[in-house]
Amino acid sequence: MRTTAPVAIAFLSGIAMVLAFFFNEETTFVGRLSNELLNWLIIIGGFTLLLGVVSITRVNLAAVKRRKEGWGYKVLTLLAILAMSLPSVLSSSWSSLFGRSDGSIYDWLFINLQMPMMATMFATLAFYIASAAYRAFRARSSEATILLITATLVMLWRVPMGEAFLNLFPGDIPGLLNTYIMNGANLAVQRGIIIGAALGASAMSLRIILGIERTYMGKG
Amino acid sequence: MKRNPKTIYYIIIATAVAGFGGWTVFTQDWSAIFRADRINALVLISLFSAAVLLYTRWARQGKPLFLRKIPGLDAVEEAVGRATEMGRPVLFIPGIDELDQIETIAGVSILGRVARITAQYDTPLTVPVRYPLVLAASQEVVEQAYIEMGKRDAYDKDTVRYVAGEQFAFTATVNGYMMRERPATNIYMGAFFAESLLLAETGNAAGSIQIAGTARPEQLPFFIAACDYTLMGEELYAASAYLSHEPIMTGGLKGQDFIKILIAACIILGVLLVILGRGDTFISLFDAV
Repeated sequence: MRTTAPVAIAFLSGIAMVLAFFFNEETTFVGRLSNELLNWLIIIGGFTLLLGVVSITRVNLAAVKRRKEGWGYKVLTLLAILAMSLPSVLSSSWSSLFGRSDGSIYDWLFINLQMPMMATMFATLAFYIASAAYRAFRARSSEATILLITATLVMLWRVPMGEAFLNLFPGDIPGLLNTYIMNGANLAVQRGIIIGAALGASAMSLRIILGIERTYMGKG
Repeated sequence: MKRNPKTIYYIIIATAVAGFGGWTVFTQDWSAIFRADRINALVLISLFSAAVLLYTRWARQGKPLFLRKIPGLDAVEEAVGRATEMGRPVLFIPGIDELDQIETIAGVSILGRVARITAQYDTPLTVPVRYPLVLAASQEVVEQAYIEMGKRDAYDKDTVRYVAGEQFAFTATVNGYMMRERPATNIYMGAFFAESLLLAETGNAAGSIQIAGTARPEQLPFFIAACDYTLMGEELYAASAYLSHEPIMTGGLKGQDFIKILIAACIILGVLLVILGRGDTFISLFDAV
């Protein structure tokens, strides 16, 4: 029963979603059913948020209790959870500081702390790209050398100053890069990967719908 | 009949209605029910399903099916072994997308295999996740793996932990973990976005062996640059079947290969027809809606 019920649910839901693609979603039962299933997914997802809060609180609380290395940061994490969640769930009719509207505690923390921190993390990507590019473009072999030359040309073409520099040379180098590298070799490889991935995803979906693949439940 | 989306198809059903003692005729606008413009997708799905089922049946009957080696997956056991020898944990990230994404399901499936190996070797495993649904599924999979390996007592409920719902908060937490705990092996399997390089470069700096797999072509170069092994596209979906060594699972992979050959043949035929100036009808067969 522990395995049969999930497999049966996966089969019925999967078949409904596949059929819904071929039937009008507004006028047919199967179309409406698929929309209903997607709504249920959102509802269940909302309820499971509680699991996440319990998990993060338990893990951090345990580290604080045991005074594990860096436990002070765990205290900060727990305080941050409380500071963001509690004022946001309280009714804004009690105070303008509650809720999630403009001027609330949640809004202030989001704009002044969370957003800058997210932006900072994203901005550090530039440095990571530089170090990864250095490793990837080291001319250790003939293939790596070709990659280095190609990448240099494409990067030059992608910045206005570099494009102006390439235009100094005879022949339409930016046009050639666009036609043969970006829309030629690069696009062909990307499409190859996408076709393979789409087929792989379809095959896996089919295995799940038919109950052949049960590894996502820890079985098999 | 032309395949025109505007064409109205009618089905006339004649039904004997006993109560009225005569024939009543119902008409139904078929185009309002069935998406005839998607018939090409239906044909492809039918062919694909038939191929997968046929190869699965052959595999069940014991017909040997060849699977090419995937070095990234062969390296998983070796990488976990290295972590055991070094006494350091294994970090597994099943992507950062929701459970309704097939890439995440593939990641969770591979997690089950990895958890069996870590359970076998008594190697600590850490699985940070971004969504509560992925948390529930991953906990179930890891617990089941430990039970199947007879290590129920060794299973720690906090092996799989919810970290943060925000993409970069998740990344910051995992990067911090990598630099503090220095896991010997990092495995990234699933859907990754802008954080892929942040994670993989940090893991590289921490000196971990790294195995990644994603179906997103835009993230693959980052993983290839920073990881020791990378599963590209379909290899991610093949991983659970490959690691299971079960014939019926590999049957699906062979069916997939058959359709790939069919698609390649269609592409070559289409190119030839376009060169000859007669490709329009053929190309219209593959119009996506």
